[in-house]
Amino acid sequence: MEIQQFHYDNKIVQKFIYATLFWGIVGMLVGLLLAFMFLFPNLTDGISWLSFGRLRPLHTNAVIFAFVGNAIFAGVYYSTQRLLKARMFSDFLSDFNFWGWQAIIVAAAISLPLGYSTSKEYAELEWPIDLAIALVWVAFGWNLIGTMLRRRQRHLYVAIWFYLSTFVTVAVLHIFNSLELPVSAMKSYSVYAGVQDALVQWWYGHNAVAFFLTTPFLGLMYYFVPKAANRPIYSYRLSIVHFWSLIFIYIWAGPHHLLYSSLPDWAQNLGVAFSIMLIAPSWGGMINGLLTLRGAWDKVRTSPVLKFMVVAITGYGMATFEGPMLSLKNVNAIAHFSDWIIAHVHVGALAWNGFLTFGMVYWLVPKMFKTRLHSLPMANLHFWIGTLGIILYALPMYVAGFTQALMWKDFNPDGTLVYGNFLETVNQIMPMYWMRAIGGTLYILGFIVMLYNIVQTVRAGSKVEDELAEAPALVRVSKRRIAGETYHNWLERKPIQLTIFATIAILIGGIIQIVPTILVKSNIPTISSVKPYTPLELEGRDLYIREGCVGCHSQMVRPFRSEVERYGEYSKAGEYVYDHPFLWGSKRTGPDLHRVGGKYSDNWHLNHMYDPQSTSSGSIMPAYQWLVTDKLDRSNIETKMRTMVQLGVPYSEEDIAQAEKNMDEQALQIEKNLYTDPDFAQSYDADKKQAQESGTPFVEMRDREIIAMIAYLQRLGTDIKVDPTNETITKK
Amino acid sequence: MLKFVKSHMESIEGIATYPMVSLLIFFVFFSILFWWVFTASKEHIREVSELPLDDDHQPQNQNP
Repeated sequence: MEIQQFHYDNKIVQKFIYATLFWGIVGMLVGLLLAFMFLFPNLTDGISWLSFGRLRPLHTNAVIFAFVGNAIFAGVYYSTQRLLKARMFSDFLSDFNFWGWQAIIVAAAISLPLGYSTSKEYAELEWPIDLAIALVWVAFGWNLIGTMLRRRQRHLYVAIWFYLSTFVTVAVLHIFNSLELPVSAMKSYSVYAGVQDALVQWWYGHNAVAFFLTTPFLGLMYYFVPKAANRPIYSYRLSIVHFWSLIFIYIWAGPHHLLYSSLPDWAQNLGVAFSIMLIAPSWGGMINGLLTLRGAWDKVRTSPVLKFMVVAITGYGMATFEGPMLSLKNVNAIAHFSDWIIAHVHVGALAWNGFLTFGMVYWLVPKMFKTRLHSLPMANLHFWIGTLGIILYALPMYVAGFTQALMWKDFNPDGTLVYGNFLETVNQIMPMYWMRAIGGTLYILGFIVMLYNIVQTVRAGSKVEDELAEAPALVRVSKRRIAGETYHNWLERKPIQLTIFATIAILIGGIIQIVPTILVKSNIPTISSVKPYTPLELEGRDLYIREGCVGCHSQMVRPFRSEVERYGEYSKAGEYVYDHPFLWGSKRTGPDLHRVGGKYSDNWHLNHMYDPQSTSSGSIMPAYQWLVTDKLDRSNIETKMRTMVQLGVPYSEEDIAQAEKNMDEQALQIEKNLYTDPDFAQSYDADKKQAQESGTPFVEMRDREIIAMIAYLQRLGTDIKVDPTNETITKK
Repeated sequence: MLKFVKSHMESIEGIATYPMVSLLIFFVFFSILFWWVFTASKEHIREVSELPLDDDHQPQNQNP
């Protein structure tokens, strides 16, 4: 047999590890800043690009795509080469993958704080960046599949299957969820509206968790846990069942993010059923990971790598038990929109993704740099303060979630709400926000300890960028099944066929849920009184999107007595038909806004945006002074309306031609309304006079951003309030 | 629970076959999977599960 010599590319793995550590610190520090903004809402007062709404997507994107993303690439590039006994297919593609991904992260880190956002969770990046993501992702897949075709190991180990399904599914999800029509270089509208947009978004959002935070990490678990424990996986048979059932079932579960919303019930129930089923494959995987340590538990005492991995897998087990429970409608009724969800995702992110990454890094770095870890005690310290950090983060958030949700639902005997003022429920959980911030601080301190430890290890080691290896060349065998080979054995050596079958498995669920919702008219009963937004309201809506208001305010009144009492009539699917994108939100740090239209005066909104604590004592909303002072950019309104027309919003040619005039009229009316408040009239006139005297340019109130924002907020949810008797629901 | 689903589904033609088709897809899919898993040879499973542990492939003559 011919023995071939080749080199593993360690340099690319090292680069991805450095990027993982760098972006991990950045993403978590942004998260910590956000945690402190709950305690000191005006921490970044007056700085628009450091406001909560804009930083929240930066935190989620940085942790998911920058920290976890780079960790995935590091682990995949290391293990794939070794499992296939081949160097990566192309050094160029590896580098393109690396630098392209970093460029996307930098683009996100600049564009999100500047307010360029689609507002769809974990898919906030605007369309040019979406295109770049698609390109880099294809390069990654091409490199991965190319390596498989050049491999020296006939059978594809189960980790490789997880990587493959990750590549395929993330590509499908990203493309379909990012379908949007550009308005300008950095602005687009989702092609879907309302309910359909919500369904596609959460099909994406849920499966971003499944196929970005889970399947690649399961692949890493199947490789690195056996390596660290120095014994094969507990049951390879179980891993096969785990793989196919997990990817087959996961893709259906998205609608559990929309329970009790306006999504058709059949889609909600389908999501619930599949979410419950998910326990089986998830726990199969967890058990497989943990039992790999059978007979080696003594090693867990001494090896920080295994400690991190055990807590990671335990975290995975906890989160994947909790997930199906949260999908039960009765549990979801309490948990949804509350801090319980924040606890849930952080058990996943901090324990499963974070700790598995740390374990992997502690194992990989000494190995690649041909040295020992600089300090074992330091790694153990990291483990303990990290674990304590997770507990101190998660537990208070659970308590906060229960407490607040129960307060939201508490009734007096006379049928009124006990806590009619939303702020009472916020003030109650402030101590929990304090503890969360402390937990987060501990976790980051642990990370910093690791950073020092790793830097010292790398400095002491020798840099082997191309590691020599040798393996026999792969002898060509028949393309068909050979004697004694079963079908799945054959499939395991056929990467292309394996990819195709995995694609089919993940497409079934998506097609069955999404196609009927989009095609079957009866899913969204139309309401004749629902009209498109006026041009000024449309501009206001875009400001709402720019500021990330959706991060703290939902626009979805669920059909519960407590919510109807607090907010007003529950939300109907037909009310959202012109919402490109939908803005239902997923968290209520502040109250729901779907019925806020007409609830407060225009002056209240102005004062509230300028200084939230002045109108709502104890509010933790940050101030948005720039909305009150800045001039509204109206230059794109016609393009925006034409784009909406293309998406099916019935603006007439006349509407578009009259847009400017229409905006002037509506803005002037709001300005007049504001003048009814003597305090406003006095201070505004004084400002104006001062500007005239000093010769500085002065923006009329009617031309400012706040006017558009007020127009939008006052419109929200009023379409079916106008004349309740006239409400006609027509089913076509 | 089915009553919530039914009202929306009635408008689709031939809806009655959907549950049957879904059940069949699932049943066949998992039957084949378990059939393969249980009939796989011990030898093959052992060999494949040891793949991660057999990956250092360092040339033996490198160390003097």
